[in-house]
Amino acid sequence: MTQPKAPNATETETETQTDAETRRTLHLCNICGFCTGLCAVFRSAERRPALTQADLDHLAHLCHNCRACWYACQYAPPHAFAINVPATLARHRARSYRRYAWPRPLAGLLARSGTATTAVALFTTLLVPLLTLLWVPGEVLFAAHRAEGAFYQVIPWGLMSAVAGLTLGFSLLAVAVGLARYWRDIGRGGPPAVSVWRALPAAARDLFTLRNLEGGGGGCNDRGERPGHARRRLHHALFYGFLLCLAATTVAAGYHHFLHWQAPYPFFSLPTLLGTVGGLSMVTGAAGLIRLKRGADPAPTAAETLPADYALLGLLLATAATGLLLLALRQTPAMGLLLALHLGTVLGFFVMIPYSKFVHGAYRAASLLRAAMERPTDRPTGLDLT
Amino acid sequence: MPPEPYDVLVIGGGLAALCAALAAREAGASALLVDRAPKALRGGNARHSRNLRIAHDAPSPLFPGQYGVEEFIADLETAHGGHGDPELVRILAQGSAELPGWLQARGVRFQLPERGALPWSRKTAFFLGGGRTLMNALYAAAEDRGVAIRYDTHVTHLELEDARVHTLPCRGPEGEGLLRARRVVCCSGGYQADRRALAAAGCPGALHYINRGSPHVTGDLLLQLLDQGAAPSGVPGTCHRVAVHACSPPEDGGIVTRVDGMPWGLVVDTQGRRFQDEGEVITPRRYSAWGRWVSDTPGARAHLILDDAGLRRAPPSLYPPLTAQTLEDLGRRLQLPPGALERTVQRYHAARVDGGDDPLAHYTTGLTPPKSHCALPLERPPFHAWTLAPGVTFTGHGLAVDPRGRIRRRHAPPCQTLYAAGMIMSPAVLGPGYVAGAALTLCAVFGRIAGEAAARG
Repeated sequence: MTQPKAPNATETETETQTDAETRRTLHLCNICGFCTGLCAVFRSAERRPALTQADLDHLAHLCHNCRACWYACQYAPPHAFAINVPATLARHRARSYRRYAWPRPLAGLLARSGTATTAVALFTTLLVPLLTLLWVPGEVLFAAHRAEGAFYQVIPWGLMSAVAGLTLGFSLLAVAVGLARYWRDIGRGGPPAVSVWRALPAAARDLFTLRNLEGGGGGCNDRGERPGHARRRLHHALFYGFLLCLAATTVAAGYHHFLHWQAPYPFFSLPTLLGTVGGLSMVTGAAGLIRLKRGADPAPTAAETLPADYALLGLLLATAATGLLLLALRQTPAMGLLLALHLGTVLGFFVMIPYSKFVHGAYRAASLLRAAMERPTDRPTGLDLT
Repeated sequence: MPPEPYDVLVIGGGLAALCAALAAREAGASALLVDRAPKALRGGNARHSRNLRIAHDAPSPLFPGQYGVEEFIADLETAHGGHGDPELVRILAQGSAELPGWLQARGVRFQLPERGALPWSRKTAFFLGGGRTLMNALYAAAEDRGVAIRYDTHVTHLELEDARVHTLPCRGPEGEGLLRARRVVCCSGGYQADRRALAAAGCPGALHYINRGSPHVTGDLLLQLLDQGAAPSGVPGTCHRVAVHACSPPEDGGIVTRVDGMPWGLVVDTQGRRFQDEGEVITPRRYSAWGRWVSDTPGARAHLILDDAGLRRAPPSLYPPLTAQTLEDLGRRLQLPPGALERTVQRYHAARVDGGDDPLAHYTTGLTPPKSHCALPLERPPFHAWTLAPGVTFTGHGLAVDPRGRIRRRHAPPCQTLYAAGMIMSPAVLGPGYVAGAALTLCAVFGRIAGEAAARG
């Protein structure tokens, strides 16, 4: 019979075990050194041999989960050392998201990020259309609106922007608080570093090209032992598609405020074109990544982190797909409900930004910047016996 | 009706085997490669390797500077100590030059120094991702080119006799079977995983060795061929060893188990006595030197003793040291004779000559053996110890081959249909010696030669 434990004690124990395994793994990597050319993790680990908890967090967030090191590892199972860098760091990242979550009581959402993301997204995706059905008179909701301001006849602009602004504002604040604490922690006790400004170009290049998904040039091991570039390209499609959609929204806001043009905009207008290309790109990227993950070798995967990955990909896919659907059918009587559906997915996304896998981008960017700051000053220290 | 024989059968799964199979297949032969290891541990000891020694006339993206064929030959001559066949030595040095291009065309990637890859070397090129990534690329290339591959399959006997078609018994996942091939390339390595064989060949302390590489490289085919009259090369019972942690896994520990930092402390045998000048060798040769020295101690075990200052100077180690507040306590925990460690340290301190700020300039006088460099005091507690054991890498005793890779015989001309490549014949080139990256280059160069020669018959 097992002794019941206080939830906190169990929590701390698992935490310590995760740290211990990450430390054991990266300590062995530091002594082996065969993977130094594959990505930023290994050289950064050599610069932080003490492997404090902040070091481990930093290194875990530098890992882009390309798995090249799994297939390279002479110590992977069935070897007695049973080293599994990708799965260990994926597990560590999941813990780290949670540790830096703000406000603390909501950190629990990240414990079951997959379920939470799915549940919240489904809830908002159903809630918004339901409220719309309840509040908006049928003859308005199911009319074919074609004029400028058509969307706002269904859902008033003020309400739409207030809800969006509040949820997005809170989420960005939550990410910023966690990120600030993370940035402070990984900067403590690290090796000598140049200023943020000097490192920024290199960090931006690493971030925007996903250089660490190249496996040092040969590509990453998306599915198995043969490297390829599918994962990096699909991530680019999703990420840049997302940026295009963000640009579409920003341009549209500009039209609204400064030019007093109201949505919907014609197909050959800047917001619509940006949103269309962005949406298609996001759908391609998200669907492709889901497919890739499903076909991936389970050995280097931390299975318990997969639900969070799928939930975020699914949410982004739903957001983009409903947006495209709205665009296609915006001149039909289905527009009203499709608008509500799309806004429901967007709302779910806004709410879950800090509590879903989406936060990985913030921590990854911070770690890439920190790694770039530490890179130029990297020189052998002490007496070289070679 | 037995199955149609393959043109070329390659025995082994390391770098020589893959190069032989690729070269044979690309020359138009049908090729079967059988590896004794399971798929997860394929690649022989190339899994644990990381660099190739390559001659190059001019700087390239892979190397700074220049390393000519003649300089490579001179390095090999220093290492083989008269045991290397001069013709094969030249073939190795010359053949190395085209290896990077040949391997790159088959999917292998190298670390480019400008991308910040360390360590940095004029004479050797490092694989991106190390030896296992190298082998994954070559296995993929072999599959793509139609080489048949069987894992977990052990060829149990090889007759040193030419035949139109060789029939070889093997043991695989489906039990006993027979393999048929017109020509055979044997790339099954030395006998370092078989400690009894190593001891029988005259290697002191071999029964106490840790094997750093694959447990499947027992050299049974090599020993059978030698018994049947194959011409030997190298020196029986010799092998390359480095000092590793005595607590390492008995097999397959690779590079991480080695111990370094001996100049920062004292090394004592199981009686608590020093036996070697810890400051004598501080170049990269120190690894194999300590392997040899530890082998020669009773029971092939020794202890590296460091004080807290020495521990800080020593490179990071896989295992934490055994730590105690006093030398007495440390000696007790290492099960040394009472008082032995304290006496050794006292004598050492009495013989120390302070060299000022440069740690290398400290030495001893009137002490046997002396400590010629880094003779720093051993006085700041806590005190630490790592127990050392010899970790064997490969044997310095193998087959002799002709320049086409055909197995030579003691009392007959070379075989026409039996070839050997890789560590099974490396002593024919390197003798019992070691040059960083040269053995791996040898595997690739002679693997290609033997594979192609076997395909052309």
